[in-house]
This record gives sequence, structure tokens and C-alpha cells, in this order.
Amino acid sequence: MGVRSWFEGWPVYRQLTGTDPLGRGAAAKSDGSRALTARTDTADSVARSVCPYCAVGCGQRVFVKDGRVSQIEGDPDSPISRGRLCPKGSASKSLVTSPLRQTTVRYRRPYGTEWEDLDLDTALNMIADRVLAARDETWEDVDAEGRPLNRTLGISSLGGATLDNEENYLIKKLFTAMGALQIENQARI
Amino acid sequence: MAEAHPVGFQWVMEAKRRGAKVFHVDPRFTRTSALADSYLPIRAGTDIALLGGVVRYILDNELDFREYVVAYTNAATIVTEEYADTEDIHGLFSGFNDDNATYDQASWRYQGHSQNQTTRDSETQRETAAGLENESHGAPVGGETERDETLQHPRCVYQILKRHFARYTPEMVERVCGIPQEKFFELARAWTENSGRDRTGMLVYSVGWTQHSVGVQYIRTGAIIQLLLGNVGRPGGGVMALRGHASIQGSTDIPTLFNLLPGYLPMPHHANHPTLDEWVDSIAHPGQKGFWGNARTYGVNLLKAYWGDAATADNDYCYGYLPRMTGDHGTYQQVLDMIDGKLKGYFLLGQNPAVGSAHGRAQRLGMANLDWLVVRDLFMIESATFWQNAPEIETGEIAPERCRTEVFFLPAASHVEKEGTFTQTQRLLQWREKAVEPPGDARSELWFFYHLGRVIRERLATSTKPRDRALLDLAWDYPTHGPTDEPSAEAVLREINGYDVATGRPLASFTEMKDDGSTVGGCWIYTGVYADGVNQAARRKPGSEQSLVAPEWGWAWPANRRILYNRASADPDGNPWSERKRYVWWDADKSEWTGYDVPDFEKTKPPSYRPAHDASGVAGIAGDDPFILQGDGKGWLYAPTGVLDGPMPTHYEPVESPVRNPLYRQQANPTRKVYTHPINTLNPSPPQEHSQVFPYVFTVSRLTEHHTAGGMSRTVSPLAELQPEMFVEVSPELAALRGLSHLGWAHLVTSRAAVEAKVLVTDRVTPLRVDGRIIHQVWLPYHFGYEGLVTGDSANDLFGITLDPNVLIQESKVGTCDVRPGRRPRGQDLVDLVVDYRRRSGNLVHRYPPMVTTDVADSSSDQEA
Repeated sequence: MGVRSWFEGWPVYRQLTGTDPLGRGAAAKSDGSRALTARTDTADSVARSVCPYCAVGCGQRVFVKDGRVSQIEGDPDSPISRGRLCPKGSASKSLVTSPLRQTTVRYRRPYGTEWEDLDLDTALNMIADRVLAARDETWEDVDAEGRPLNRTLGISSLGGATLDNEENYLIKKLFTAMGALQIENQARI
Repeated sequence: MAEAHPVGFQWVMEAKRRGAKVFHVDPRFTRTSALADSYLPIRAGTDIALLGGVVRYILDNELDFREYVVAYTNAATIVTEEYADTEDIHGLFSGFNDDNATYDQASWRYQGHSQNQTTRDSETQRETAAGLENESHGAPVGGETERDETLQHPRCVYQILKRHFARYTPEMVERVCGIPQEKFFELARAWTENSGRDRTGMLVYSVGWTQHSVGVQYIRTGAIIQLLLGNVGRPGGGVMALRGHASIQGSTDIPTLFNLLPGYLPMPHHANHPTLDEWVDSIAHPGQKGFWGNARTYGVNLLKAYWGDAATADNDYCYGYLPRMTGDHGTYQQVLDMIDGKLKGYFLLGQNPAVGSAHGRAQRLGMANLDWLVVRDLFMIESATFWQNAPEIETGEIAPERCRTEVFFLPAASHVEKEGTFTQTQRLLQWREKAVEPPGDARSELWFFYHLGRVIRERLATSTKPRDRALLDLAWDYPTHGPTDEPSAEAVLREINGYDVATGRPLASFTEMKDDGSTVGGCWIYTGVYADGVNQAARRKPGSEQSLVAPEWGWAWPANRRILYNRASADPDGNPWSERKRYVWWDADKSEWTGYDVPDFEKTKPPSYRPAHDASGVAGIAGDDPFILQGDGKGWLYAPTGVLDGPMPTHYEPVESPVRNPLYRQQANPTRKVYTHPINTLNPSPPQEHSQVFPYVFTVSRLTEHHTAGGMSRTVSPLAELQPEMFVEVSPELAALRGLSHLGWAHLVTSRAAVEAKVLVTDRVTPLRVDGRIIHQVWLPYHFGYEGLVTGDSANDLFGITLDPNVLIQESKVGTCDVRPGRRPRGQDLVDLVVDYRRRSGNLVHRYPPMVTTDVADSSSDQEA
């Protein structure tokens, strides 16, 4: 390394002679940071999304590399958020990639003291069995005066405000058809 | 707002930069207060007294926007002489029925109306949270009214309002709320000065406002002010609700709620809606003015969307398949029924009631008494592990080997692992693209419910039971794709939008819907989101390339309107109130409404249009009636029907209060929803004895770094690091009084629970002088629980269960407690502590606060005595 290139590699020199007098950008860069590439530049694809936390509805761009979420950033195009995200929205990547996420079905049998594993398809069928049994045991055809009730008060459900409209639509449609009235969500609390 | 909706708050700062004055009212000094021009600390639960003071200030000084008020509100409408006010009956309105603590609303009606057009009695309305049906339209009322546009008639709404709020003086505001008079005047002056043709003011609340036994009336008071000042339907005006979940608006519009069907159609009631015709008439009120005249169309389209080809005119479109309500089937009733062993199975879909709902112990004991529980979530939340890790394990109230609840935990797909729409807080639908596949067994709710329905229908395929017809006839043939057979969210959105049955053409507007079964539409207010077969919610034209209204970003219901009732942004003749506030106006040359937004009015109905005497439905709305979903076309300063706790807001104390109501003998909301269940113990309040056992007021809210019950934030390491511990904010004065030290421990005790927290001594909470004495308030975040990266006691465990009568939302923003130094006891000692407090407060055998206290004149400051 010659004296000249050594001298020009000195950040203070770059700061005094270059375009970054405050030393907050190019002047402060090391060779290491100069070689870095933003994850957003190397993504395979970008999905236009919306923050999952509060109801402001900030735009998100979800960057994907090798089938995994590599970064989530605010969408500057959004007229609502103009690219900004709050601490929660900024932590969305940590949310969806959290090592604490459960990715397998867990089952706790009656009076059990530990979780057990269960196959997803088995779980779905067991739940269908229980829904039908609870519905049959608690079915009400008519009231005391013979007016229709068509319902079960043996099954209830809570939640929906974190879900999509399409999901809420199917949830309500299926439960209504099975006569399950006691469907509630966060809007009640 | 800066705390819980920080990115939305950028617009407040933008407005401030342009000269807007920002006021913040909150029991605690927050990040919002730090950025506001003025901060008003308030005693939790007294907002109606403050806002009522503003109403009085406006009326006394005649500062209302008179032209707007006369033309667009019901200020001039005359009320029957049977009406009696809270001024006359110590805080009750006329029509109160002691037997069931409800009002007969007949005496509140407009002059000349034979009766209010409500088929359900007030008790049924309370049990079924009927107020929610009014989210997209007003309560039914006839269109022909007697009016005095000079506003001088003693029984016109304007004069009634003036008398009703006469005692809400600045002195009274100070006495009730603890807000100094100069602070009150500063607020009242700024609000009224920003009113008129050239100026507007905006009111923003977060949903903590709804969590009161008078929550609906809080919002009504805000709406009255905004109507009086001409701030509704105009740019820069409005009452903005900041809701707390990504699609909580969507899950109200397409409701996973017991009392509603999509588009705010009521779930049928067994006695009032036995047939399709009776159901439709109860919504449409034949002869009534406004858009609800088409209720039959909306109802038939929903039934066709549900039951497809099986739904025909001959079978009333399968109306008979709908389940019927008989009363209150809400979430708190359900929990008490679980404790009593009446419920068998429970689904939790991204909600965590063990932490997020009032009275956590009741929630957990209820879940421990089920046959089965299905939890669908991203993380192992408290509501999935109550049988293992709940605080009740330590007290012996739950033991795994004695707990029979079978628990299925099914991992859910996150927001980036599925596609679909969220509806944000301004009714805007935004489509999300799918970025990646969900991991492992994780699936969307769309997958789970579609396939659960498929399996159930397969099981029943050979059933001949009549009860199974509704499942077998269900239109449930959504296309699926991919290795997991994921149903198409876009196909569901298309059904929600609606289409023509014969051609499959998506409908462009709900006005294209027919009531003869030839069109289908799953949620009439969302029709248009799939207009032209294009997913309008997926539109992403950059905001920088659009007007401020940004109509090509996403899609807002109804009909992509961004400001509701925007006809009011023009004067009665259809001209903009001013150039500065120009928004939607009548173009006389083209004979149509035009502007920056989609006009919320029939496009070619001129301002001069006057309905014929017997006109009904949309034709009954005059060309200068902006409130097109109200029966009389007017904004309601006074609600002649439909608000169960009174036609106008009244300050009642919270159900748990250390203070006797300084305004009336009536202490608390006389029509609140009460559950007299052994687990639901309530702290006594004046005029009951022993209220001093719980001398302090506590309130809870959110931190920027956490979300609701913590399931999406205490599990995320950067957020857990930022707010790692449960804490309680106390004033230096209270800390000295109770021997609390900064960063030491304290515990709070109510007659439900004792909860511990680290102490943060701060002047962000300040003692208030209320009715001649000092009231101490403390504040806690409600995000903590026993799972996740960071844990702590749950603040919501402290609350009992008392609900607003209109919408059945619980009072979980204010309660009374004791505050003690040190950590709480453990095990049986904890149970003993709470029992001891109940004994000392005279509540060992359950006593509930009296509903009516008008005969108790013992208030030291009873002005009516």
C-alpha cells in the first residue's frame, strides 16, 4: 500500500476533501462496509404487503431470498405511511421469522401433563368429529313456542381482527351454516 | 396516538407544522402529550363531563356553525312533550323501567311520530348489542318531522341540548375531571375557533374510549360537538376512531360477531324475526327514508351467497337455515357459561383472552372447564398453556391432572404467508400479496375453515337430518391450488363483492344488486371492491402520483368513498363552503355532484330536490340532506331512538369509582349490562359503603413496543428487549404516601386479583383535585402474561366484567384498586389476600352496586337536593 492510498484511506482526509464534510456517509465508510450489499438489492422477489399490527394499515415491502423473508421495509408508495414503520412494524421480519413460532401441531389430551405431537390431517379430522358431536349434543331445533332456533350453544369461537376479510367471511359462513352463533372477536373488547 | 399509532401520528405532526393546534387529553402524559401544544390530564372515566362542558360552551356562546347546524342536523326538530330530561329526574331520562333497568324509548321520539319504529324492546336490544347494527346506518326513525328553524321552540333539539348540558360548567368540569378551568377554556376556545366555512377541527380517539360502561355515549358526545361545529363530512373534520388490529374494521364489516351478519345485517332473533319478511321489514322499516329501504336486496344477496342454487324465492332464499339469537351470546356470557359447564368446544383464532380480556382468571377457569379447545396462532400463547402455566396452577385452582380440556394447537400462517385483504381503520381495504409459503404445519384460516367445512360436509353427505341441510346446501366450492390445496382468497373476495348469477359478471356497485335471486353478494357494503373483475384492493398507484385523497390506492367501502357523508362538505345549495375547504360540490352545468372524492350522494340528485310527501327509501332523501342513511337525513345531536342509555350523553361515574357523582344523584350508567355471577365480584363505589378499601383509580393502555395481549410482541426479540418488564407508573406523591420506591416492586389489589409490577415513579401521572379532594391514579400496560420472551402479571386480571349496554364492550379502562409496596403473595396466600379485601369491602357475599341511586341524596355536593 503506497503512502498516497494509505493517506486517502484515512477517513478524516476523506471527510475534509470529499463531499461528506459531516462524516456521516461516504467519508466514514470502511472497506468492509463499502463491500456490503443491502439485502433489499439481492432479493429474488418483493411482495406488496400491509403491516399486521395496528389498524393504520402501513404499506410493507416483503423481500424474499431463497424462499425466505430476508427483509421487511416500509412501502414509500403508500399514501398512508409514506414508507414509515413504527418499532412493531419494523420488527415484522423478526415476527415472521421468530424461532419461537410454532410450526407443528401440538396436542394436549384431557388430564395430560405434557404436549404431544399430532399429524395435521389427524388433528383436522379429530376437530371435525368434536364439532359434529358437540353440535349434536347441544342442538336446539325450536324454542318453547315452536319458533325455529336452528342452533348450537355448545360451540364458540373468538378472534378475527388479525385475520383477512376473506377468512372472516368463510369463518362466519361455515359457523352460521352449522348453527354456531357464539362467534366473537376483538371488536367486542 | 403517538404511542399506539405512531405512523398515523405523522399526519398530526404535518398538520401541526401547518399551524394546527394539537390538544391531548389523557390520564397519563404520553409521547402524544410530549408533541401536543397542550396536554390536559383527566380523571379516567370522566370524558363526557369534559366534552359536555365543551357542548355547553358552544351553546351558551352561540358558537355553533349555525347554517350547517340548521340545515344538516336535527337541531330544529321538535321532540314530543312526553320527554323528560336528566335535569328533571336526578340523572335519569323519562321511560326508565326499574324491573329490567332499561328505557322505554317512546317518550324520546320526535313530535308527531306515533312511535319509534323499533320492533325489539330495549332489553332485547341490549342483550343482542343492537347498537352495532347502526355502524353503517342510523337507528330507524320516520322522515317527516316538525321543525323550528329559528331554534327557539322550547322542545326543539337545540333547546333540549342546551338545558341538558346547562350544568356542565367550567367549574363542574374542574370538579369532576380534575382539569383546571384555564386548561378547559384553552381547549374550548381553540375547538370553537376552528369552525365555520373556512375552518374545521378533527377529533381522534383510540378504542380505549369504547371500553367504558358509557363508551358509546363518549363517542356520541364527541359527535355532537363535531356536528355543532360543522366538522362532519368535511375535509379536516370528523371523528376518527383509531382501531387496534390490522383488520378489526374488516372483522366488524364481515363480522365474526354473534349479533351481526355481513354488512351490518342483524343476526335473526327468534321472537322478532321468524320469517324473511319480518327480518327485512325490521331493517328496512317500510316507508322510511334512506338507503336501508333496500334491505331486502342486501339480505337476499347474502343468502344467495351462502346457499347458492339451493336459495330460491320459493324457500325464502333459505332464510330458515339461519340460527336465531334468544339473548346475549357474547364473549363474556360465553366465558361464564364455560365456568358453569355449559360450553363444550372453543376456537381461538389469533386472540388471547387469558391476557387480553377483562377478568383473566375467569377466562382461564372457563377454558379449564371445556371438552375441547382449538388454538390457532403463530405462537404458544397463554390461552393455549393455561393448563400448564396459568397463575391458577400456583393457587391450586387449576391442576393439569384434574383439567379435562383437550387442547389442539394448530400453527397459523403469518401475514406474509397468505394473500388476502385487511380493512384498516378508515374502511380502506388493502390486498396483501403472498411472499413465502407458511412453515411446516402452519396454514391460513382460509385453509383451515375451508377444509374443516369440506370434511364436515363429507361426514354428513348421507345425512337426512333437517339440521344438516344448511351445511349440505352451503355454497362451498372454492377453487384450491398448490401443494396444500390452499383455497383461492380472490375467489372468496369475488363472492364478497357479488356477481350476476347468469353471466358471472362481478357487480360494480350495490345499486346493481337485485332482490330476485339473480345476483349474489356476500357483503353489500363491499360491492365494488372487485368491480370489472379487477381486484381494486390491490391497487398501488403511488401516493406521490395522486391527489391527497389518493383514490387509486386500495379501495374503501362504500363505493371507494374516503370521507363519509361528504355531501356536507358543500353548503345546502351545493357550493363549497369555502375555497379552502372545497371537497365535493354540485356542478350545475353538468347537473351532477363532483369533487375530489366519490360523492356520498345520488350523483344526479340536485340540491333543490324535495321529496314528495309519501316518498320512501332513497327517494325520500332531500337534495340538502347529507346523512343519507338516517331516516330523517340529518346528523343526530339528539338520538330519538336506538341509543339504549339515553338520547343524549350524560356523565355517570365508572362502575368502580372512588367518587360520588358530582353531577347527579344517579351514580353509574343505570342501563349497563351486569353479570351477577359468583366469579364476577365488583368493588363497592359510593353511595355504597366501603369504597375507601379501594381508594385509587387505575387505568391501562398500550406501549409503542408491544401489541395487545403480547402474542405478536413479547415473542419478538427486538420488541421484548425494548420493553422487557411489567411496570406500574405512580406519581411521586402516591409513592410517598404508599411507601413505594422507584424500580422497587408494588402490587395492586382488586376484588378479583392482585397483580405485581415494577414501580416507575414519574410525574407522567399526576394527582388530581376532584370534588375537593385528591384522587391518585396509576397506569399499567396490559401486554404482559406468563408466556413469551418477557413475562409479567396481566393487568386485565384486575378488572371485573361490566359492559356498555349498546355494544356489550367491557369497562376495562378504569377501575378502583389498592396499591401496596412489595411483591404480591404466592399460592394460597394470594387467594387469602384477595378474599380479605372482599371481606373488608363487605363483598364476601356478593353485592352488586345498585342500578339506580336517585333516591340517595347523601352526596356532599348534591346540587339537586
